[in-house]
Amino acid sequence: MATTKLKINGKEHAVDVDPSTPLLWVLRDHLNLVGTKYGCGVASCGACVVHLEGEAVRSCVTKVSRAAGKEVVTIEGLSENGDHPLQQAWEQVDVPQCGYCQSGQIMSAAVLLREIPNPTDEEIDLAMTGNICRCGTYLRIRKAIHLAAEIQNEIK
Amino acid sequence: MTLVKTTLNRRSFLRAALLAGGGMVLSFSWMAGCKPSGRKALEMPEEWFELNSYIKIGENGVISLSSPNPEFGQNVKTSMPMILAEELDVDWDNVVVEQADFLPDRFKNQFTGGSQAIRSNWTPLRTVGATARQMLILAAAKHWNVPATEITTEPGILLHKASGKQASYGEMASAASQIPIPEEVELKKVSDFKIIGTSKKNVDVKNIVNGKPLFSLDYKTEGMLTAMIVHPPAFGMQLKSIDDSAAITMPGIQSIFTIDTLTGDIDQNFFDATSFTKMAVVVGNSTWEVMQAKKALKIAWEEEPERVFRRSASWMQGSEIIKATFPPGLESTDDHLAKMAEFTKKPGQILRRDGDPEGAFKKASKIIERTYTAPFLAHNTMEPVNCFAHVTAEKAELYGPLQAPEYINATLSQRLGLPKDKIHIKLARMGGGFGLRAYGHHLIEAAVISQQVKAPVKLVYTREDEMTAGLYRPAYSATYRAALDENNQLIAFHVKGGGIPEMPVAPHRFPAGAIDNYLAEGWSITSNITTGIFRAPRSNFMACAEQSFLDELAAEMGKDPIDFRLELLERAKTAPVGENNDYQADRYAGVLRLARDKSNWNETKQGIHRGVSAYFCHNSYVAEVVDLVMKNGTPKVEKVVAAIDCGIVVNKDAAVNMAEGAIVDGIGNALFGEMPFKDGAPQKNNFPSYRMIRANEAPKEIDVHFVGSETDPTGMGEPPFAPVFAAVANALYKATGTRFYNQPFINGLTTG
Ligand code: FES
Ligand code: FES
Repeated sequence: MATTKLKINGKEHAVDVDPSTPLLWVLRDHLNLVGTKYGCGVASCGACVVHLEGEAVRSCVTKVSRAAGKEVVTIEGLSENGDHPLQQAWEQVDVPQCGYCQSGQIMSAAVLLREIPNPTDEEIDLAMTGNICRCGTYLRIRKAIHLAAEIQNEIK
Repeated sequence: MTLVKTTLNRRSFLRAALLAGGGMVLSFSWMAGCKPSGRKALEMPEEWFELNSYIKIGENGVISLSSPNPEFGQNVKTSMPMILAEELDVDWDNVVVEQADFLPDRFKNQFTGGSQAIRSNWTPLRTVGATARQMLILAAAKHWNVPATEITTEPGILLHKASGKQASYGEMASAASQIPIPEEVELKKVSDFKIIGTSKKNVDVKNIVNGKPLFSLDYKTEGMLTAMIVHPPAFGMQLKSIDDSAAITMPGIQSIFTIDTLTGDIDQNFFDATSFTKMAVVVGNSTWEVMQAKKALKIAWEEEPERVFRRSASWMQGSEIIKATFPPGLESTDDHLAKMAEFTKKPGQILRRDGDPEGAFKKASKIIERTYTAPFLAHNTMEPVNCFAHVTAEKAELYGPLQAPEYINATLSQRLGLPKDKIHIKLARMGGGFGLRAYGHHLIEAAVISQQVKAPVKLVYTREDEMTAGLYRPAYSATYRAALDENNQLIAFHVKGGGIPEMPVAPHRFPAGAIDNYLAEGWSITSNITTGIFRAPRSNFMACAEQSFLDELAAEMGKDPIDFRLELLERAKTAPVGENNDYQADRYAGVLRLARDKSNWNETKQGIHRGVSAYFCHNSYVAEVVDLVMKNGTPKVEKVVAAIDCGIVVNKDAAVNMAEGAIVDGIGNALFGEMPFKDGAPQKNNFPSYRMIRANEAPKEIDVHFVGSETDPTGMGEPPFAPVFAAVANALYKATGTRFYNQPFINGLTTG
């Protein structure tokens, strides 16, 4: 056990866990930030995607020690009022079915939109292949990302 | 207008103390789709007045509707309250939705599965809504001293036109809650519907996109421990002994022990099914710590002899208890295929015979015979098995993903030694169901563990635990034969199908009824691998086999595949053969025609290969046309046109979403899905090896059309899934010149 200092969604935390514990379980079990989901534990489904220094990482294979002192953003902190263009677009397109994969999908899409403000279908598919949706909402995800790009452009 | 007796649903009118527990995440209809600047939050009322189990009205006019059935993405949590709101006649923007707990005294049919949630609750929910509206009318009539028949409603408002009197539902709610329940109420005319048939956003969409704790895996209470199980590595194996000396000393570990969930004296039903009843358990403080200790456990396994247990004869409640067995042995896919091939050659159990099929085959000029197979499939819901349980000497509290609570309750009661009404099951939103979550063995595991450690626990499976624990879609095989005469006309049809462990043939479905000489046979092979219902059970294979065969048959006969099916359906409509045909030929033909028109079937496009398929299951009809392209030898479905007849569509856009999802899911399973076995051990245990369809493999466009209908709603979650397999197979044939008889099709492509 060791104390690890974390900065998550702008807030400082200190957790007393084995430094090799994946960030996913620190978020879920110790900090009660359960919007980040467990789907596979082996970097294969994308349910656990969070931002580490602005990059999309799979928190199930990211040791908490790697996040120490760095900026972590989870779905709970993506926007202050739940109004990130992606969140708005997801609502308007009514993307989710069961909803379980969707925070991971949104977190992956957020990095895509920052890198490529107006992505093509192919760019979206490429960026989103790491996120499985068992309910098959991929078409709506594509549509919502295009809509989010529009919303983002309006805001700018 | 229809008059219905409220006695139909007496239990729904019990009034009880208010339910809403602290910490509940409220689901709002208005939240979805509104820009955050759009409107202010609904003010919660000071007081709620309960009109019945499903409906509460606040003094300020806010309406709380309970959604009785478990939600796993099919959106019943929105569509069921829409039905209540319609008959109650309220403004959807004024509604909040609560997920009901499993309370069989208060709610009917709390089962979501078999695409029956809406179908079985359609009239009950309408009646409940209409009854509450009538009680508000009676309260107003009494208050204003006017005849009730002169009172009308507009959303949320009671009106007496003659006197100009008017009141909001909120103002009358207190008085209405005291009114005796009317014996009979009127239901709306379909043409008067204002909410049903429109598109309402998922009431939980805002909660989902903000990562709110909606799932039982997200649940936590004071003093809660985390538990994980270790089940045998192969079907046909059982636990012999455990050595926990290393694991027990690891950080955060509280206890390690073994459990036996379904002891021999229990009367099992179908929904507690499992192959693994004896397992090792690790309990500790946090998920990661328990995962580590689990790996450090040393367990000896041994082959299990034949297991004999007691189980109800059918899945229906109250059916007689019989002796059931699991055969011993370590099974492999190669043996399964060989055994199935053997059975296809032997005579099966006759399920239906029309005319003289044997005679017709004897005098045929040409016989076409094809055999189709499909492997076991894992459901792979994105949320793995988990369940919160807190069991004490007096009662049990459970919270977990579960489609069919009433069944598991009976087993829990026997196993825990608690009366059924002392077992409280809260219904969690599920991260996918697909039939898997109809089975609730995980509730028993969690409850037995909590009973043992005398503390609240959350049982969590790893993905590997989930994928290797069983409850797969059965493996199937079916052989189709068609007899053609010298004029190339179809004179006889024969289907013989079977599976491990169940027989998939539905003998009275199309094309039964359309052919004079018809024979259906079935067979089955027992197995110790646990199987269970999987989205569109049996149909998910039979639709593929039958619709692929009809496609090949049409080609043999030189006919367009849609024309050929329509000819058969015309025969089934005008001069049906036999009496038990379980489909309506004109509705079947209707979806085929609609799909043909909407897809411009007769157009050909360079590089686009098209396949069609249509199927009837779960009381609904669906026809699908896929456009497939080949890119570097890899097939990609670009577009799908679906025509669906599921009666009245309650929530239009949500139904479209479900059809899109079912089609994507079907394409994925048809191309990639399989769970092979070797010596009893599942050969895939996580997504790197179990291939799932991904974003880049999903179609660009799915075009969903509903046949306008005033028929009561039928199934929607499964019917669009079944036909797409064959539509893909038939398009693949066009693209490659090869017929695909064995799922998953990707194997046929890679091996040439
Ligand atoms: S849980 Fe991390 S990628 Fe699946
Ligand atoms: S919405 Fe269910 S897994 Fe994506």
